[in-house]
Amino acid sequence: MSDLLEIKDLWIEGRSDEVWNPIINGASLSLKKGEVLGLIGESGAGKSTLGLAAMGFTRDGVRISSGSVVFDGIDLINASAAEKRDLLGKRIAYVAQSAAASFNPAHKLIDQHTEAPVQHHVSSRSDSVEDGIELYRRLRLPNPEEIGFRYPHQVSGGQLQRAMTAMAMSCRPDLIIFDEPTTALDVTTQIEVLASIRDIVEQFDTAAIYITHDLAVVAQMADRIKVLLKGDEVEESDTREMLTSPKEEYTKSLWAVRSFERPAKAKVPGDAVPIVRVKNVTAAYGKVVVLHDISFDIHAGRTVAVVGESGSGKSTAARCITGLLPPSEGVIEFEGEPMPLDYRKRTKMQLRQAQMIYQMADTALNPRKSIGEIIGRPIEFYMGLRGAKKRERVRELLNEIELEPDQYIDRLPSELSGGQKQRIGIARALAAEPKFIICDEVTSALDQLVAEGILRLLARLQDTLGLSYMFITHDLATVRAISDEVVVMKDGRVVEQGSKVEMFKPPHHPYTDLLLSSVPEMDPDWLTNLLAERGVDNIGDAAVDKM
Amino acid sequence: MSAWMWIVVYLVVIAALGWVFRFAGQQATGNKPFFRDMPYGVAFGYILGVAVLGWIIWTYIYARTSDDPTVIAKYFFFRVAVEWFILFTIAAYLFRLLGRYAGTRVTRKLFRSMPLTAAFGILTIIVYAIFAVFAQWIAPHGQEQIFAQANIIAGGDPALGGNPDFPLGTDQIGRDILSRLIYGAQNTVGIAFITTLLAFLLGGSLGFLAATLGGWLDQLLSRAVDVLMAIPSLIFALLLMTIASVWASTLGVPLTIFMVLIIAVIDSTRVFRLARAVGSNIVVMDYIEAAKLRGEGLTYLIFREILPNATAPLLAEFGLRFCFVFLTIASLSFLGVGIQPPLADWGTMVRDLSAFINYASFAPQAASTPLLAAGAIALLTIAVNFVVDWMLHKSSGLKE
Repeated sequence: MSDLLEIKDLWIEGRSDEVWNPIINGASLSLKKGEVLGLIGESGAGKSTLGLAAMGFTRDGVRISSGSVVFDGIDLINASAAEKRDLLGKRIAYVAQSAAASFNPAHKLIDQHTEAPVQHHVSSRSDSVEDGIELYRRLRLPNPEEIGFRYPHQVSGGQLQRAMTAMAMSCRPDLIIFDEPTTALDVTTQIEVLASIRDIVEQFDTAAIYITHDLAVVAQMADRIKVLLKGDEVEESDTREMLTSPKEEYTKSLWAVRSFERPAKAKVPGDAVPIVRVKNVTAAYGKVVVLHDISFDIHAGRTVAVVGESGSGKSTAARCITGLLPPSEGVIEFEGEPMPLDYRKRTKMQLRQAQMIYQMADTALNPRKSIGEIIGRPIEFYMGLRGAKKRERVRELLNEIELEPDQYIDRLPSELSGGQKQRIGIARALAAEPKFIICDEVTSALDQLVAEGILRLLARLQDTLGLSYMFITHDLATVRAISDEVVVMKDGRVVEQGSKVEMFKPPHHPYTDLLLSSVPEMDPDWLTNLLAERGVDNIGDAAVDKM
Repeated sequence: MSAWMWIVVYLVVIAALGWVFRFAGQQATGNKPFFRDMPYGVAFGYILGVAVLGWIIWTYIYARTSDDPTVIAKYFFFRVAVEWFILFTIAAYLFRLLGRYAGTRVTRKLFRSMPLTAAFGILTIIVYAIFAVFAQWIAPHGQEQIFAQANIIAGGDPALGGNPDFPLGTDQIGRDILSRLIYGAQNTVGIAFITTLLAFLLGGSLGFLAATLGGWLDQLLSRAVDVLMAIPSLIFALLLMTIASVWASTLGVPLTIFMVLIIAVIDSTRVFRLARAVGSNIVVMDYIEAAKLRGEGLTYLIFREILPNATAPLLAEFGLRFCFVFLTIASLSFLGVGIQPPLADWGTMVRDLSAFINYASFAPQAASTPLLAAGAIALLTIAVNFVVDWMLHKSSGLKE
């Protein structure tokens, strides 16, 4: 047997409401030593389930109904618990999506790192500590000698993700399964993690399954790509071939998502009164100043994208505008009139004019209320409509956001998909008939196809209702798609601002440049070229330091 | 050989049997995963369980078939426990069966996934509730009615000193114990229910208020609750009851009302903590922020946004809290400051009849009189806990 991992006609079922539903329908894959296979698909496509099944493992309430998983001649489905214990961690390792949730917060990194080698009798503790430091160095973690002796909460998310990769490498496994290892990271951090994962996989000739929903990322990492849709295999081929000539319609549609782009609107005349003006705003949480003297305008019918890494103060700026965090200095003007800084002091009318759409639709909708109640409340509260009139208006709004009213009006949020929930969030904002809407990372938790649908909907609503948007995002593809003007923020300061056309054309501010160049492109050579351009040793951190 | 030696011998035999059981299982089933991956501790547990079950069955048969009065007396309570256990299991099973085929679609679905323990709990609570509500009609005699025949033994068998007119016997001054038990359901359970409701109204609303507003109000309420909780609750209740009994006589207000208020306040501190903890997890949700930014008032926030999301843990706590309140009332009555005679109350009954427990070794029927009231308390507590466990399990599964 030449293949390291061979999965044949694997069927997996999950139990819900006392019925077994199929999750994976007859998937097959094979992996040679040192090969990297990319698994892509939307959420719910069964990527993670398949990835875990490659270790002979299923989550609770999930079972393998038929098929085979053979790793290096060992049948993992029928292997005993003892046999599997011997393999997992030693020859097969797993890197989870959220390193922060996967590390034990009560133990130091190095103690968790050495656990597998010591348990599996691969090396002594002192040897594996030394090896850990060496791995940290290779993964370009700062202070490799010391970082292992910190607790998980003492290092950043990107560093934690690399420490987790190091931990997976600790026994030099033959196969590593990466489950969306960079999804939760900023673009600039993502580059570092991607580069280090790729290097280390190459250095040790490890085979890997790389699970992600981001095509551009998988293009950098994988030798071959397999596309999944709702548990069915769509197609599989070499990365370059897949990128240049996808065969199936579904694959093509995935590829096409990134092409949505709306032309920027004409510049507003200089003397126009902006809908919202943020003037010299400084804000602090307690004594920590998070916004330093920021100013920008949002004009009627325009979209202003606020871009930056996490911690750059984007969301804080939104909290200042809504009045949740009253600024310590500065003015928030609405249509030329200064607004009270604290939301409690604003009138109902002022509150109505500025609405908000949240990143996580799950926490933004009350799980115990029906869709009709959620959308109906602002109508009742602001317009005073009740009973049949209210219901009629809710139906209008549901039509507006392209959901069939009869079908959805009495459902609970838990009975909706992620994209539909986000649409309900939009409808709730629209119900107040505002002039201005803050969209806080509204698409970042969604799959690309669904996200594109939301962006198109927002664009259409802007055209028909003349809304103004403040669009907070860290994704530059989204900025390119929807914005008219761009504000780039870093460490609580506005680094650069201007129209979209200006922003995407050089010369840039060095930070904007870093952000722009860090967005993965579909070209499989992109990462290699970028690293060569930046000089392999100073990716990310170093580039930022130069500024 | 001493008893300790025997225990060691038994354990060694069970340990050896456990190993044999696993090995035989592996051989017989051709190494099925169930036996193959079975840890030794689990195999040991299986054999231990079988051994205990065997001992129970053997002892029960031995006690049933014996003619020796000392043996019968020795195993009397054991026999009662086994028989009642089987009886309750059958009743719960039948009740669940009934629930699966009668009632609305929703309740039928509920009964289909219900464990036997929860069915038992619900059945018991229903029976208690019926007794409490219809005590006047169900009880054969009044709770204060005194008969000439005192100290009649339970069982209704004249040969042993019983009387068919009083199936559970009479107490020292000749009151019918069965009637008093039924009225006790009304007094003890009814008062406990009202007290728990009050505790929840007080603790729940203050807890949510503290969670929503935060700041100095939260600090003030939380520290006040800390102070109240720092004092052992039963002793605190006793102390306050002693003071209240003076007020009650001067003001002419029944002492029971003071008791309800005192226990409600003391128990509301626990409810406050839970409501505040649950509430502060909900308050940080985006939908609360959205409602705040809409300009909603405090009442809407608490009752329409927060409360619907806190019902599951609060309901579970209600069940537990009810048990504790109920036990506190029984304890206070036992100590003489709770529900006052001549009202029937289980706690008081246990205290009044407690001397009979001394007869347990030679006249178990006589000793069972105080145990009847104690058993009524225990049964309800267990039943409520079963239901609460089930509800917690359901709500943590997050399946709507």
